[in-house]
Amino acid sequence: MNNLTCFTLAQSAKLLAEGKISSQELVQISLNKIQQLDSGHQGLNSFITLCDPADLLAQAKLTDQERFKNKNNLNKNLDKNILDLSGIPIAQKDLFCTQNIKTSCGSKILNNFISPYDATIIKKSKQAGLIMMGKTNMDEFAMGSSGENSFYGPSKNPWNLAYSPGGSSSGSASAIAAGLVSIATGSDTGGSIRQPASFSGITGIKPTYGRVSRYGMVAFASSLDQAGPMARTAEDCALLLNILAGHDVLDSTSSTQPLENYTANLNKPIKNLKIGLPKQFFGAGIDPEIKNKIQDSLKIFESLGAEFIEVDLPHNDLAISAYYLIAPAEASSNLSRFDGVRFGYRCENPKDLKDLYERSRAEGFGEEVKRRILIGTYVLSQGYFDAYYLKAQKIRRLISEDFQKVFAQVDLIMGPTCPSTAFKIGEKIHDPLALYQSDANTVAVNLAGLPGMSIPIGLSEELKLPIGLQIIGPHFSESLLLNAAHQFQLNTNFHLQIAPGFGELFHE
Amino acid sequence: MSDLNNKNPDWEVVIGIEVHVQLNTRSKIFSNSATRFGAEPNTQIGPVDLGLPGSLPSLNQEVLKKAVLFGLSINAKINPISIFERKNYFYPDLPKGYQISQFKTPIIGPGKLEINLNNNQTKIINITRAHLEEDAGKSIHDLIPYKTAIDLNRAGMPLLEIVSEPDLRSPAEAVSYLKTLHELVTAIDITDGNLQEGSFRADLNISIRPWGQEKFGTRTEIKNINSFRFAEQALNYEIERQIHILESGGKITQETRLFDSDKIETRSMRSKEDAQDYRYFPDPDLPPVVLDMSWVQDLAQTLPELPSQKRARFKNNYCLNPDEITQLTKSKEISEYFENLVKLNHEPKIISNWLNGEFLALLNKNNLNFSHNPEPIKINLFSELLHKIKNKTLSNSAAKQILAELFSNPALIKTPEDLNNLIKKLGLEQVSDQNFLEKIILQIIQDNPAQIQELKSGKEKIMGYLIGQAMKLSQGKANPAELKEVLLRLI
Repeated sequence: MNNLTCFTLAQSAKLLAEGKISSQELVQISLNKIQQLDSGHQGLNSFITLCDPADLLAQAKLTDQERFKNKNNLNKNLDKNILDLSGIPIAQKDLFCTQNIKTSCGSKILNNFISPYDATIIKKSKQAGLIMMGKTNMDEFAMGSSGENSFYGPSKNPWNLAYSPGGSSSGSASAIAAGLVSIATGSDTGGSIRQPASFSGITGIKPTYGRVSRYGMVAFASSLDQAGPMARTAEDCALLLNILAGHDVLDSTSSTQPLENYTANLNKPIKNLKIGLPKQFFGAGIDPEIKNKIQDSLKIFESLGAEFIEVDLPHNDLAISAYYLIAPAEASSNLSRFDGVRFGYRCENPKDLKDLYERSRAEGFGEEVKRRILIGTYVLSQGYFDAYYLKAQKIRRLISEDFQKVFAQVDLIMGPTCPSTAFKIGEKIHDPLALYQSDANTVAVNLAGLPGMSIPIGLSEELKLPIGLQIIGPHFSESLLLNAAHQFQLNTNFHLQIAPGFGELFHE
Repeated sequence: MSDLNNKNPDWEVVIGIEVHVQLNTRSKIFSNSATRFGAEPNTQIGPVDLGLPGSLPSLNQEVLKKAVLFGLSINAKINPISIFERKNYFYPDLPKGYQISQFKTPIIGPGKLEINLNNNQTKIINITRAHLEEDAGKSIHDLIPYKTAIDLNRAGMPLLEIVSEPDLRSPAEAVSYLKTLHELVTAIDITDGNLQEGSFRADLNISIRPWGQEKFGTRTEIKNINSFRFAEQALNYEIERQIHILESGGKITQETRLFDSDKIETRSMRSKEDAQDYRYFPDPDLPPVVLDMSWVQDLAQTLPELPSQKRARFKNNYCLNPDEITQLTKSKEISEYFENLVKLNHEPKIISNWLNGEFLALLNKNNLNFSHNPEPIKINLFSELLHKIKNKTLSNSAAKQILAELFSNPALIKTPEDLNNLIKKLGLEQVSDQNFLEKIILQIIQDNPAQIQELKSGKEKIMGYLIGQAMKLSQGKANPAELKEVLLRLI
């Protein structure tokens, strides 16, 4: 073990349970790595806010004491089925409201905002004893695919610091890839968990819409937003999802579907698993190198007993267009509350109410956010509503039906998470349409409310940038997705690779 | 104020009304914040009411129940699926930058309300719809110089907006509609109905057209009227204004107007050209409201007797006239008081005479009413009083005197014994003792020889005067009917 040792969540839990490491040590290692790798010009810039180190160590000390007490207390009836994750560091995306700690959403308009309440998943993380190291960087209001739309500057990809880690959960992806923490939360409206997971060579799962509470998650597009875990391994994602998932009376769109234990089925064989390969995911737009790596990974699934069927998602090509009408429409309304009146940025010396609104918003929001507010306001306007918003909703339904038909035939769908590997910071930021295209394979999943996952399947030949495989399942099939991913990871080591210079994974 | 006499010979008036009824739930429509009126500013607010980032609305089921009860009470179509939408506009007291309201798919569809007209006729007013929405906060412009203060206690208060068809044809009909609706929504207990506190506010849409023309004229909307009198004044003013404009060759501008109750006039607030595009769309935070129709049926069983049903019953069971019925069904409390007295074996007509007469006068004089003070006079005392009148222990005038005492000293007179003592103390017990009565009559005969002569010659009218004199002589204690008998016997 040295200063740059990385742990998975499962490893940390095991080491803690065996008394081989303390929570204080885990927190100290995480703090050291953040100090060493995250700040400064050369740093990853994956955190917007870092919690007070003394406070973090104090929390760790408390969990260590608690753990020690429980170990010596034989009467204490601890549930052996639930792995104790208390005392393990986590990073939270900066759009989950946290009491006493700034929640900026990557925006200048919330640069001074401290929420008076905790988001439901923050509460759940605290109840599980996870120690929040800080809040991670992101595209402003989760709008973006590169992390470059952050008021706090872009995060960097540990595999090549000139490259983007993806977005919008850029900081969470970058922090896990660099081993600053083993787990983090992300949010995924059109691919914001899966795309950065793919670009940064980690594992991430966007659960079924409604599986994880949205209460306290700053809304981008309410009908598409879904929070989920990001980690190095599928097993870690399952462990974290066990904490995050569940019905919430404070979120009317959260599901009452019974909860599963997401680690229970990880080790089930996947023999005879029927996997659909949509021809649209393997068409002309795909980078040949990515296509090859995907074929290689499918061979591994084949060797585990899976069968493949070519399937059709005929409306997939319309997904981007529909998404970029529905999401901005909802966003334009969701972002109306940032008006300089009650919280957040307020312009100086407003002349009158109109001036207060106009300048607070003009000065507080970034370019991409303004662009989407304009698009959204336009498509909801009288005379355009039917042609844009309603039509997009109809496409949304068609896309959902496409998936339904396919899932009548197959258990899971697989394909590339992204058409390309990570792009250079600055490469696409001035071409929003090109940037939107990088969501081509992910947005349909959000439109249909399905669970989707990205797992690392290797590096590109020349640039050595990670490539991700996307796994999509029917509603509430998270358990099966995680099972398939875990079986793949048991037979490969792509997920264990760490970018050069960022230490190595702990081995016993 | 008769409808028939007030009709303008040239112009027909057309009125449609939207009423905002504040529902009397304990918590707000989309949060668990309290709804108490008059709390310190900004003390009944939480993340949802403030529109804090990340907060989400969750629908208060009690609000649904109240809306459905209203729908049932006007025999309306209850929509099994209704949808909350966002009405987007910026205003400092609108925390989220949008109001959650029902737009295309309201919870309550078409229904009917019967109103009474002045000539004892009735008219059916069609109700287009009723939908649920949240209220905004309050901007207070005169608290801090050059600044606007915002109180968000009202933000998120549950409202039911009831929209009528343009079926009303005069200010009197409009006021009757408002009063009937107010009576209904308070009777089914979906609102406290407090007008001063804004629990029942009306927007009045009004236009005029030449008699016989089918097409409606251009309408104006008078916003936020919270009194029946103001509604009548505002409408009368607006009719005059519109007639004046049209008759001088002008055109009505479609606009929203405000009523100034000091000057009794309406003023333009904003015209249609300034109307905003609210960019309505279904709120993605709230799934469609799906009603379990068997729940709706169960709810129908809990509906109390409606004012219209009660009126019909009072007419049939108690043979009262419409004015009496109106008084006795004004509130649940007065109806119950009346019916409890009926149960105690008093004549409905007699009770009605007392309640609508002396009792009502004393209530008004003491600034009391049945709603705020359910039993101004304990029912057993009032019943005892009625018994004493019936068995002639008390004369009517003596009973009035006692009733006034009961109102002014409720603490001193608590039991029937207290009542008897009071009657004794005031010496008001009616006397039917023949010796006593004969003594008085003999005195009257002696003192009024001329009048007695007139009576004997068949002038019956003089009887009233003589009995009056006799009553005075008895200091009100004698039973007038008995006095009359004795007089006739002795002359």
